[in-house]
Amino acid sequence: MSRTMNLTLNVWRQKDSKDSGEFEKYTEECKDISEHMSFLEMLDVVNERLIEKGKLPIAFDSDCREGICGTCSMVINGRPHGPWKKTTACQLHMREYKDGDVLYIEPWRAKSFPVLQDLMVDREALDSIVQAGGYISTNCGSAPDANSIQIGKEISDAAMDAAACIGCGACVAACPNSSAMLFTAAKLSHMNTLPQGKPEVAKRTIAMVEAMDKAGFGNCSNHLECEAACPKDIKATVIAEMNRGYAKASLLKR
Amino acid sequence: MILDARIPEGPIEKKWENAKFGYKLVNPANKRKFDIIVVGSGLAGGAAAATLAELGYNVACFCYQDSPRRAHSIAAQGGINAAKNYQGDGDSVYRLFYDTVKGGDYRSREANVYRLAQVSRNIIDQATAMGVPFAREYGGTLANRSFGGAQVSRTFYARGQTGQQLLLGAYAGLSRQINSGKVTMFTRHEMLEMVTHEGRAVGIVTRDMVSGKIESHAGHSVLMATGGYGNTFYLSTNAMGCNVTAAYRAYKKGAGFANPCYTQIHPTCIPVSGDYQSKLTLMSESLRNDGRIWVPKNKEDCKKKPEQIAEEDRDYYLERKYPAFGNLVPRDVASRNAKLMCDEGRGVGATGFGVYLDFADAIGRLGKNLVEERYGNLFEMYERITGDDPYTTPMKIYPAVHYTMGGLWVDYNLQSTVDGLFVLGEANFSDHGANRLGASALMQGLADGYFVIPYTLGNYLGSEKPEKLSTDHAVFKDAEKSCKDRIEKLVSIDGKRTVDSFHKELGLIMWEHCGMARNESGLKKALELIPALREEFWKDVKVPGSGANLNQSLEKAGRVADFLEFGEIMCRDALTRDESCGGHFREEHQTEEGEALRVDERFSHAAVWEYKGEGNEPTRHEEPMTFEHVKFSSRSYK
Repeated sequence: MSRTMNLTLNVWRQKDSKDSGEFEKYTEECKDISEHMSFLEMLDVVNERLIEKGKLPIAFDSDCREGICGTCSMVINGRPHGPWKKTTACQLHMREYKDGDVLYIEPWRAKSFPVLQDLMVDREALDSIVQAGGYISTNCGSAPDANSIQIGKEISDAAMDAAACIGCGACVAACPNSSAMLFTAAKLSHMNTLPQGKPEVAKRTIAMVEAMDKAGFGNCSNHLECEAACPKDIKATVIAEMNRGYAKASLLKR
Repeated sequence: MILDARIPEGPIEKKWENAKFGYKLVNPANKRKFDIIVVGSGLAGGAAAATLAELGYNVACFCYQDSPRRAHSIAAQGGINAAKNYQGDGDSVYRLFYDTVKGGDYRSREANVYRLAQVSRNIIDQATAMGVPFAREYGGTLANRSFGGAQVSRTFYARGQTGQQLLLGAYAGLSRQINSGKVTMFTRHEMLEMVTHEGRAVGIVTRDMVSGKIESHAGHSVLMATGGYGNTFYLSTNAMGCNVTAAYRAYKKGAGFANPCYTQIHPTCIPVSGDYQSKLTLMSESLRNDGRIWVPKNKEDCKKKPEQIAEEDRDYYLERKYPAFGNLVPRDVASRNAKLMCDEGRGVGATGFGVYLDFADAIGRLGKNLVEERYGNLFEMYERITGDDPYTTPMKIYPAVHYTMGGLWVDYNLQSTVDGLFVLGEANFSDHGANRLGASALMQGLADGYFVIPYTLGNYLGSEKPEKLSTDHAVFKDAEKSCKDRIEKLVSIDGKRTVDSFHKELGLIMWEHCGMARNESGLKKALELIPALREEFWKDVKVPGSGANLNQSLEKAGRVADFLEFGEIMCRDALTRDESCGGHFREEHQTEEGEALRVDERFSHAAVWEYKGEGNEPTRHEEPMTFEHVKFSSRSYK
């Protein structure tokens, strides 16, 4: 039989990036929530009830709702994407909660991610890091036959592990320094591991690390909160890899 | 409306080469004088924007997401087809072409499909060079898997995240061009209007979804790669934001809309659990490689746990009915059979709308580790959503709206019936006929973006030498005004019903009458219900807030308003296409065993709808589909 619950939600409401924002408490709108709902479907239900009462709904980002696009982004009771390991907020389901639970829902908090409205933030800073060098410079039409580049399965798998990053920014939100090192290092690890990416390793590493600093992200001080929050299980070892690569590239540059 | 497909001369294997040789070129120094607008940043749009910028054009690229990396191509799981024949199992360009035309139930354009099969090989090369980590064998060569509708192994994949990796490849190329200044990226911008001047596409009007600002953008040509319209059904595997607005606006400005009734219902999705459901989640078709689909033989067993049902009481209905293809029949066949089983009362799960997808055999044969390696992330996703562990109990699946084969009509050069408006990827209609084979959407999006449009657009610019208008021109000012008026109207109605409530109601009408099975009386009923619902929407919708800032309700309202018009065209098309073909199943046309029956002598054509103004019925045109190479036969997967 399907279980329902009544919740209390404390949701961060902020009109726009200039507004200071505050928590607002909801109880009436959070009754009879089915355990089968996803977390975002629960918010959909709350929003429908708010609109019917003539109030403004809670703005939050989401798109694919299957854990791959990286759009959804909210901190639930202090944890980016909520309590489930390796799970985005859109994949979290209400069977996690019980009747009477009190939840606090906030946006990603980082200097580089200004709040746009309520739970929505601007993550263009992450794009700026990729734009600085997160690519292999090859023009369309110039590629050799795909099987002419043989890549061992272990190498290909390692690149794929890092490439699984969805760019959601939970690592930044989890880090006490608002560091984007897990994000940047994952992209670097993906590209630098593959033979196709080798010619530009030094240039790419320096460009992306500098872009990360320029975007105002903090540094890594080994809290490893990023790894714990990552919905795609990206390992923090990529950060060490990046730091070594950066040191090496900087020396070569001189 | 003139439908000239502009199919090049010559034998089919030479057509693309001949076309490319005949195309006008734009010399490198002149390319920088052209401004190109690309709407959409998925595989088709992202690849096109990056490639055109590499060639030297100035590109402005628009997406509604907060980053081009989030377009819904990212959610494609299983893979991408290519006629590489790396497995030496008899694949060839001709076989991929043949399978695609047959899989599309003889409703696609042969010349386009052949070109698609030809360039499929280049896509794998290109993606690999850009660092897409495709799955590899231990020896270092690329791995393949099988997919529905094919008897060769030609699908390349990156775990269960092939779409993600291909999109990140295109996004990397796009990012490089943004960095070089050749692409200006507009994120969180939604196209609200197409602007034409003297029959030519000259630009678009967008809304900045953060500031609410309405802005005009002019170019020498407009490319639309805006995806499909599956969200007309409210529930689909599409992302929440996927919509028909851009394509529909182009239709209203003279672009013909082809085969809107062709929708693909994907057989393996997680069943609906309640009325709060916001979207449906696909479980990759690749699961059908190793999973076996069954329902209980006896209705009485449906409420039992699957492990309590003995082997001899299980009906592996696809294996029984289609021994040659078994669980790997094409999507439309698999979906319809699931519906048949449930309609017979043999469906499983709380709602009775589900069938089992069972991995017990595969785990026994391959071991849990290998199954985990192949499908681990899909199993995890399933468990997160349903709370069931597919390693120990069969998955429950049911068909859901997934992809739309219909789209804006385009000629061989991907140009719509509006000069200078090109349409790429799922947004166009040409390559998949009435049913798309698995792992072919990624192929088509990238083919259009990387390997077709860079040539055909050059030909347009080189031969037509279009002018760019100023955004101060009256056509832009008029379009801006109509966008502002519409927004003003939506926020001022202040009725009682939410936007979502209308969208859900439309979705139920569409699913009931224009879903997996359709018939004349149901479609006629839908054609009465939809206009009535639309009228109610414009009287009673409640859109809180204003147009002057970020307003998600307003964004949704604009999209739903267009779905409410577009759904009617889908039903109209489904009603006039008095045959069954591919994803379009008319109950009046079926064999005794319930297979789709085409009516080739009357319907071997694309139906193209032309907008005739507010309140008037659209006109239906036909582009005949002729088959010189793949001879008509009734599709058999037995």
